[in-house]
Amino acid sequence: MGKVLAISQEKCTGCRLCEVVCSVFHDGISNAARSRIKVMKWESEGLYIPMSCQQCQDAPCMIICPVKAISRDESLSRVMVNQNKCIGCRACVAVCPFGAMNFNIIDRKVFKCDLCDGDPQCVRFCEVKAVDYVEADRVSTSKKRSAAEKISAARKEAAVLESELH
Amino acid sequence: MALNRKIAYIDLSTGKIEIKPIPIDVRRKFLGGRGLDAYLLYNHTEKGCNPLGPKNTLMVSGGILTATLASATARTHVMAKSPLGGMIGSANMGGFFAPELAWAGFHHLVIKGKAEKPVYLWIHNGKIEIRDARHLWGKTTTETQWAIREELGDDDIKSMVIGPAGENLVRFANVMTGIKNSGGRTGMGAVMGSKNLKAIAARGTLDIKIAHPKEALEYNKRFIDQITSAKVNQTQGALGTPFIWGATNSWGGVRCRNFQYNQELYCDEIEPEAIDEVCTETMGPDHMAGCFGCQVHCRAKYKIPTGPYAGVYDEGPEYTSQGAFCGEPDCRSIETLLTGNHLVDQWGMDNLETGSIISWAMELYELGILGSKETDGLDLRFGNDEALLEMVRRICFREGWLGDTLAEGGIIASEKIGKNSFDYLIQVKGVSNLHSDERGTPALALNIATASRGSDHLRSRPAIDLYHLPEGVLRKIYGTPVPYDGPLSSEHTEYIGKPWQVFWQENCYMAVDCLGICKYHTVFLGATLPNFEDWPKVLYYNTGLEFTPREIWDIAARCNMIERLFNLREGLIREDLYRGDMLNHRYFDEPTRRGAPDVVGRVIDREKFKKMVDEFYEHKGLDQNGIPKPETLKRLGLEKEPSHLL
Repeated sequence: MGKVLAISQEKCTGCRLCEVVCSVFHDGISNAARSRIKVMKWESEGLYIPMSCQQCQDAPCMIICPVKAISRDESLSRVMVNQNKCIGCRACVAVCPFGAMNFNIIDRKVFKCDLCDGDPQCVRFCEVKAVDYVEADRVSTSKKRSAAEKISAARKEAAVLESELH
Repeated sequence: MALNRKIAYIDLSTGKIEIKPIPIDVRRKFLGGRGLDAYLLYNHTEKGCNPLGPKNTLMVSGGILTATLASATARTHVMAKSPLGGMIGSANMGGFFAPELAWAGFHHLVIKGKAEKPVYLWIHNGKIEIRDARHLWGKTTTETQWAIREELGDDDIKSMVIGPAGENLVRFANVMTGIKNSGGRTGMGAVMGSKNLKAIAARGTLDIKIAHPKEALEYNKRFIDQITSAKVNQTQGALGTPFIWGATNSWGGVRCRNFQYNQELYCDEIEPEAIDEVCTETMGPDHMAGCFGCQVHCRAKYKIPTGPYAGVYDEGPEYTSQGAFCGEPDCRSIETLLTGNHLVDQWGMDNLETGSIISWAMELYELGILGSKETDGLDLRFGNDEALLEMVRRICFREGWLGDTLAEGGIIASEKIGKNSFDYLIQVKGVSNLHSDERGTPALALNIATASRGSDHLRSRPAIDLYHLPEGVLRKIYGTPVPYDGPLSSEHTEYIGKPWQVFWQENCYMAVDCLGICKYHTVFLGATLPNFEDWPKVLYYNTGLEFTPREIWDIAARCNMIERLFNLREGLIREDLYRGDMLNHRYFDEPTRRGAPDVVGRVIDREKFKKMVDEFYEHKGLDQNGIPKPETLKRLGLEKEPSHLL
């Protein structure tokens, strides 16, 4: 089905460069309010979570759109808004479970992540890979690996403890 | 676009607010950030004004590139006459405030007068409002920020605030944003406090049009690759600035027991790796955070592991906290380090100055110059962790005779304490030195002696002097954008050629501070990082303004000269120990006791030091008294200052 945006929130340093490159790439303007991706922060706990469109298979925004302005583009596995059809009713903004559909108060239109036509700039600029662009079926592999590493480490520790007992 | 960001003049006495554009010809002379702030300070303060009185003027700014697509344009600059030494006051901090201020429509704020009651400024999409802050008075730095968000109903508001130390006019109170980003030096928090100004809150969604977006994106990518490929930045990104303290301590370049020693022994608990372990244990393996747009991410996240503050979240600690709460007071506990760091963050005081002044008092106590009467019974000897942290509290809240006295800063405190206490105060222009020892490194000694804001490493330190780079490499760096064919030496214990390096770095750091980017993105700790040759492109792609490397150099020299003019107007005298380009006698008279073979046993040679200052003045175009020659002022276009262009 192609690549998807994979977010590893624990890696995010909270720098928000993704927000700036997103708005400059799409609009030629630096303005976090125009970004398709946004880092949500709980500063008093040091918690940063980048939020963007999940390009849902069964996308609520697509279903609710009264003028059928939203459709799936299977070639890039993304959900797209046809700005010519969009009437700016913001029903999609209200229904998106991730808050990933945005409304631009200057142009008065909704906007969302379009994966930069296959070269997501947020991924390109994120050195720590908190945002990555990977094949959909590989997203869980890295998580499996890190969980497996923990099990492996625990097993080694247990073996050491056991040998110390003897 | 970046160039249509405004300047606002705010009079807190009358409540009058005036908003003006910043003309392009002013940009071409001073760019923005610290450089333009220095111009504004020179033009908007009266000679000899009381730094804590209503006539002092407070400047707050972002750089010309703030919030554009230049890497790490996170820096906020704050400037006023310093209540610490009476010379130029200047502090610079990372975080997210300046970009938010730029998105709200402003690059520069000029704040005058004094509010009748506590207030804060609310800056939102081109509008500025002065709001009541009586309910915020007394709150810590983070409590204040969160309360403003709650009150205005927007979690994206970024504020720069003062804590109780600023309210109590501690002369080295800082301004803060976020958890730990601090505009630490020279008491800018006390200036805010003296104006009854608790905070400046900003929120903006105004477009900043990028002149050449495609090129700006591509160039920024190249810039980031260059910056993150430097080994020093990779290490910073893993361990933060504690790695510098650890590395410097290994050869004997840090300060211990108020300059009695230049190396801390048996301090495994406060080494960078040990701090990293606590961060990993309490926050997980990915515990580094970054400022706005920066890929270096040198800020560690941690929770205090033990003690009365166990489980409390904070960020850092930095080199200066290791110096302030470990090396200088000779304490070696990670609990003390992380707790001390947390206290100064919450109360809003400069960790560097706090640690230095307490360590000075500790030496005075051990010498008998201070007794238990003055300390109200506190056993203020070196290595007493509890006394150290208690003293931090007493200074912040001005409790007891000594707390109240030390809150006045070193110079006033030395007058109150009397005897020969001043002889032990390691300061320049009233400002304590970074917790580093420069007796083995003449270039660094010249840097702290001549830095405009007082003893300081971030104004002109040629840190790469320690790397023993081949002369050819040094020539490549220091030979542009203006040709230099004088001597240069790879040897860090040498005196020759160092004045040019300090002069070059002074212009380099000023340029960076005008652009609004972080010093980890230029020739500070990494010799391969961008400088004058790269900035014209970043400026052009983002703002459309064209400059040559030489023009940026000239702007930096002009801005540095304005700072010089300000200091001269406030009474700078070359060899004056209180307000001159001069070092404490211990640099010349007491040899270093520890360190690597080429460091131990060293002092700064008085005559050679004098010659370095002579040469440095010559490079800057100053006469032998440190006063600019008429032709220098003419060349820099400063012969008619103050010229009141803004």
